[in-house]
Amino acid sequence: MNSLYNYAFFDEGSKREIRRAILKAVALPGYQVPFASREMPIARGWGTGGLQLTLSLVGRSDVLKVIDQGSDDSVNAVNIRKFVSGTTGVAVTEDAREATIIQSRHRIPESPLREGQVLVLQVPLPEPLRLIEPSEYKTKRLHAERDYSGAYLVLFEEIQRYGRVATGADHPVEVHGRYVMAPSPIPRFDNPKLDGNPALILLGAGREKKIYAVPPYTKVRSLDFEDQPFRVEDFGSAACGLCGASGVYLDELVDPSTGSKTWRCNDTSECASRRRASQEAADAS
Amino acid sequence: MRPERFLLKVDSLSKSYGEGCPRCSGPGATLDRNHCRRCGTVYAVRGVSFELYPGEVLGIVGESGSGKSTVLNCLYYDTVASSGSVYLGSYREGAEDALAVSAQAKRAIRNELLGKVYQDPVEGLRMKFSAVANVAEKMICAGSRNVGAMEERARRLLGLVNIPLGRMGEAPERFSGGMRQRVQIAKALSNNPPLIFLDEVTTGLDLSVQAKVLDLIMDIQRESGVGMLLVSHDLAVVRMLATRTMVMLDGRMVEQGLTDQILEDPQHPYTQELVHSLL
Ligand SMILES: Nc1ncnc2c1ncn2[C@@H]1O[C@H](COP(=O)(O)OP(=O)(O)OP(=O)(O)O)[C@@H](O)[C@H]1O
Ligand SMILES: [Mg+2]
Ligand SMILES: [Zn+2]
Repeated sequence: MNSLYNYAFFDEGSKREIRRAILKAVALPGYQVPFASREMPIARGWGTGGLQLTLSLVGRSDVLKVIDQGSDDSVNAVNIRKFVSGTTGVAVTEDAREATIIQSRHRIPESPLREGQVLVLQVPLPEPLRLIEPSEYKTKRLHAERDYSGAYLVLFEEIQRYGRVATGADHPVEVHGRYVMAPSPIPRFDNPKLDGNPALILLGAGREKKIYAVPPYTKVRSLDFEDQPFRVEDFGSAACGLCGASGVYLDELVDPSTGSKTWRCNDTSECASRRRASQEAADAS
Repeated sequence: MRPERFLLKVDSLSKSYGEGCPRCSGPGATLDRNHCRRCGTVYAVRGVSFELYPGEVLGIVGESGSGKSTVLNCLYYDTVASSGSVYLGSYREGAEDALAVSAQAKRAIRNELLGKVYQDPVEGLRMKFSAVANVAEKMICAGSRNVGAMEERARRLLGLVNIPLGRMGEAPERFSGGMRQRVQIAKALSNNPPLIFLDEVTTGLDLSVQAKVLDLIMDIQRESGVGMLLVSHDLAVVRMLATRTMVMLDGRMVEQGLTDQILEDPQHPYTQELVHSLL
């Protein structure tokens, strides 16, 4: 562990301040709590909001997993994992079941989370109403008055343009029947996992200096219309070409030489563990 | 007095920008037209009172800066009035001051009981959203969550204001000035309100386009019976549409009466000037 730094990089005062913001966020599910976002040795926009949450929470017995675009191996995930373990010495893992803190961008792990786990989501744009209202003062008022017509208008306009709701990611949700929040750029596929999840879900936006939370077992509803109910991405009967799983979030790959299409699990660590398990089963028989 | 209940009753409405000073707010106050030379406070609207009855079109005329838009802005909650009371026949039977209610009640009044066509369409429309979505917005605000029903009504209203079917999915940024005003009219009517506000609805349009928009407003008025408060600096526009007219000058209402009467026998020197310039 690098002794040039305090444990988990920040001084204790900074951590306490972030934890206070987290407590407030947990007390007001879905409400964006402002916090004094710190300068970090990684560029803003690369997960500094999530990283600050993780650093303020991580204890010596924690086990950390970091995901970026569904993968533990991307440069960004590796850098964040190295930074946290380097300043704390905590154990790291790729197995979502083993982890106590999971920091993620773009995905919620495929394997169900459990009580006691913390999922930290990195958020670039925390304000779900920003597209229709550029003024921060006005969006605050809209939240206070629970006026979410603008969020519905955006979905309505998507239906006009594309014939259906086409939010690729970050589809807005209503939390605990009160605040509407941006769930971070997770695919619609992951929205249902926010609802009633046993884990504590924390969302951090470094550049925009906001923290918000979905406490365990909170009701989370994706915004939709009576005659156009919310739907997750549908992969039909497609299955992962490596592990054979279907009903999971898949990426489409095109072989550049043949032009033929194949599917791959987006959650690479789940894919790998499925392949290990079937290999072991084959070896045993 | 008429027997029926008013749609709108405005009582001593005032709006000023600035804090005021002893020179302009004390007894014997002196103003330079509508503002104070010493402290710079603008008295945009000063103690304006009037009533509007169901199915009526009431015109407001006056030169640029006389406070016409400010009156509408106060009534539609775009700006906070400094003092005065407003009663709506459609809200609590006109018994409660609509300026003194909660933010939530104001939102409901604005979305469900009123409509407005802005002087500048950029203020009244989302220029990058489709015309259909622009018209549907007020329905969403009023609580509708049925896409099919909203689309159907929006398309019907856009048809009513002569937006071609093939262009309803386009954004107003690609529309001409006359089309934008017509989309605004459809939006104002979206929740079938008993009263709408029209601010310089034909200003800046070509004469032939002006005539078409005015015809459209007359048709809509005749068919739906919606009450209209119509602002224009152009007495010719008001003469065409309004049964009664009030004349504003420097934030005050200087004259009000039947439009024909005002045109034939203007009392206030400013109105006389206005009428003569029309002839
Ligand atoms: N935000 C503001 N701050 C200060 N003064 C303002 C503001 N808005 C309007 N005014 C002033 O209030 C007065 C009334 O303006 P208003 O826009 O109501 O006039 P109007 O009769 O609609 O004029 P026009 O025919 O040009 O649209 C003007 O003197 C204007 O300069
Ligand atoms: Mg005006
Ligand atoms: Zn003064």
